[in-house]
Amino acid sequence: MDFISILSIFVMACFVGYYVVWSVTPALHTPLMAVTNAISSVIVVGALVAAAAEGSAVSKWLGLGAVVLASVNIFGGFAVTERMLAMYKKKEKK
Amino acid sequence: MAHVTATPSWAMLAYLIAGVLFILALRGLSSPATSRAGNRYGMIGMTIAMVTTLLTHGIASLPEIAGALAIGGGVGFVTARKIKMTDMPQLVAAFHSLVGLAAVLVGLAAYLNPGAFGILGADGTIEPQSRIEMGLGIAIGAITFSGSIIAFLKLAGKMSGSPILLPGRHVLNLGTLIAILGLVAYFTQDQSQWVIATITVLSFIIGFLLIIPIGGADMPVVVSMLNSYSGWAAAAMGFTLHNTAMIITGALVGSSGAILSYIMCKAMNRGFLSVIAGGFGAEAAATGGAAKEQRPWKRGSAEDAAYMMKEAENVIIIPGYGMAVSQAQHALREMGDVLKKEGVNVKYAIHPVAGRMPGHMNVLLAEANVPYDEVFELEDIQSEFAQADVAFIIGANDVVNPAAKTDKSSPIYGMPVFDVDKAKTIFFVKRSMGGVGYAGVDNDVFYMDQTMMLLADAKKMVEDIVKALAH
Repeated sequence: MDFISILSIFVMACFVGYYVVWSVTPALHTPLMAVTNAISSVIVVGALVAAAAEGSAVSKWLGLGAVVLASVNIFGGFAVTERMLAMYKKKEKK
Repeated sequence: MAHVTATPSWAMLAYLIAGVLFILALRGLSSPATSRAGNRYGMIGMTIAMVTTLLTHGIASLPEIAGALAIGGGVGFVTARKIKMTDMPQLVAAFHSLVGLAAVLVGLAAYLNPGAFGILGADGTIEPQSRIEMGLGIAIGAITFSGSIIAFLKLAGKMSGSPILLPGRHVLNLGTLIAILGLVAYFTQDQSQWVIATITVLSFIIGFLLIIPIGGADMPVVVSMLNSYSGWAAAAMGFTLHNTAMIITGALVGSSGAILSYIMCKAMNRGFLSVIAGGFGAEAAATGGAAKEQRPWKRGSAEDAAYMMKEAENVIIIPGYGMAVSQAQHALREMGDVLKKEGVNVKYAIHPVAGRMPGHMNVLLAEANVPYDEVFELEDIQSEFAQADVAFIIGANDVVNPAAKTDKSSPIYGMPVFDVDKAKTIFFVKRSMGGVGYAGVDNDVFYMDQTMMLLADAKKMVEDIVKALAH
C-alpha cells in the first residue's frame, strides 16, 4: 500500500473514532478506557513480526519482550472490561 | 518498494475486518445493554489480527511466541481478576505504560531488523519515510511509558499527588520536545544508532518531566491524555508496518483519549494547555491556607440524617473521590435500598470529574449493584435539586462549591457545579472540617443554614445511618 492510501484510512478512522466515541455514554467512560487500552495492544502485530523474523537476535528478543507486554494488556484489558461491564445492571422490574 | 514478503490480500482483508470489529467494540459502549457484545467484538478482532500475523510471518519461533503470550496473558488475566474496582485508575495507567513500552520495543526491533518489516529501501538503508514514522512511534511510546509510570505512582499513592515544580520547567520541556522533533527530522538523513538512542532516552525523560508537575485532581485529564498517546503510538507503528488494523485502532484510541481529555477539561472549565502546564492545586493551596476566618457551621449525626431522609420524598446522592477512598459504595447502596423501601425516591448525581478517571464513580456504584438507571449526569439532574428534600454529599467537595458560580477569583471559577444549595436540606459527609477539596478552596456549602456536616469516615457514617434507619 502506498502512503496516501494508508493516510486516507488513518484520516477516515479518526473521523469514525470521533463520532463513535461521542456516542459512548459517560457512565461507561471507565470501561471505554479499559477497552481502548486492550485494543491499542494491537501493536502486538508488530511485536509478532519482530519475534517471528530471522536475521537479528536482538530484534527477535525485543519483539518477544513486546509480545509479553502487549499480551498482559490484551488479556488484562479485555478481562477487566468484561468484569466491569458485567456489573452494570438495570433496575429490577417488580 | 522492496518488500521482503508482500502481505497477501486475504491478510489485508483480515486486518481490515479486525479494524472494523474494533470500531464495533467502541460502538457497543453507547449503552450498557450492548456493551458486552461490543467487548466480544473487540476480542474477536484481536484474535483475527494475531492469527493473521502468525500465519503470514512464518511460525518458525512458535514455542517462544507461545511462551511470551502465555506469560503476558497469565499476568494480565490474573491482575484483571484480582484488582479492586477502587484501584481501577492506577491499573489503567499501568496498562497504558505497557502499550507505550511495547511500542518502543517494536520500533527498536524494526530499526534493527528493517528487512523483516519490509521497510528497506533499494539502497539497503531504511526508507526515509519509515524512519520518520519509526522515530515518532518510539518517541510517543516512550512518553506514554514514562508519563504513565508517574501517573500510576501518583494514583496508587506511592508518590505525592501534589505537583512537583521544577524551576524553568516550561523552557526545559519545550526545549526537549523541540530537540526530539529535530532529531526525528535528522534521522531521515543519518540512520546511526546514536540518533535513535538519543530520541528514545530524551522521550523517556520528557514523559517524566511532563507529568510530575500535574496535581492529583488533574489526573483524569492526564489518564485520558496518556490513553490518547498510546493510540497515536500504535498508529505510528501501523504506518511503519502498513497495517490497517493498527492504523484504524490507533486512530480510534487516539481520538477516544483526546475526546475524554476535552470532556474532562470542559467539566473543570480549564484549558487543556493550562492542565498540561501543571501546577494546579499548588498555588491554590498556598492562597487558600492563608487568611481563613472561622464561620459557624452545624454538626449533624447519623440519626439526624436517617430521620430527615426517611421523611423525604426526593434524595439526591452526590458521590466523590472520598467515597472511593473509604470504599463506602456498598454501604451507600444499602442505605439507598432501605430508603427506597420507605418510599423515598433516590437518585445519584455524578460530576464528569468526580473521582480519578472518567466514569470512575459509575463503575464503583455499578460494583455495589446500584442500577445504572438511578445514576444521572450533571446536566440531566441539575434541574431536580429544586425539588430535592435532601442532597447527600459524600466524599465530593469542589463539584458542589458555589464559588465556581459566583467568585471570579476562585481557581475553580466557571466549572459547572451541582446546585445543591437549592435542596431543602444538605448533608455533607466529610472526614473533618480542616481539609478542603483538591482545588484547596473553602466551600460556602459548609456554612449554609440548611447544611449539616456529618464528620466521620464516609463508610462508617453511612453504616451508622443504615443502623439508625432500622430503628
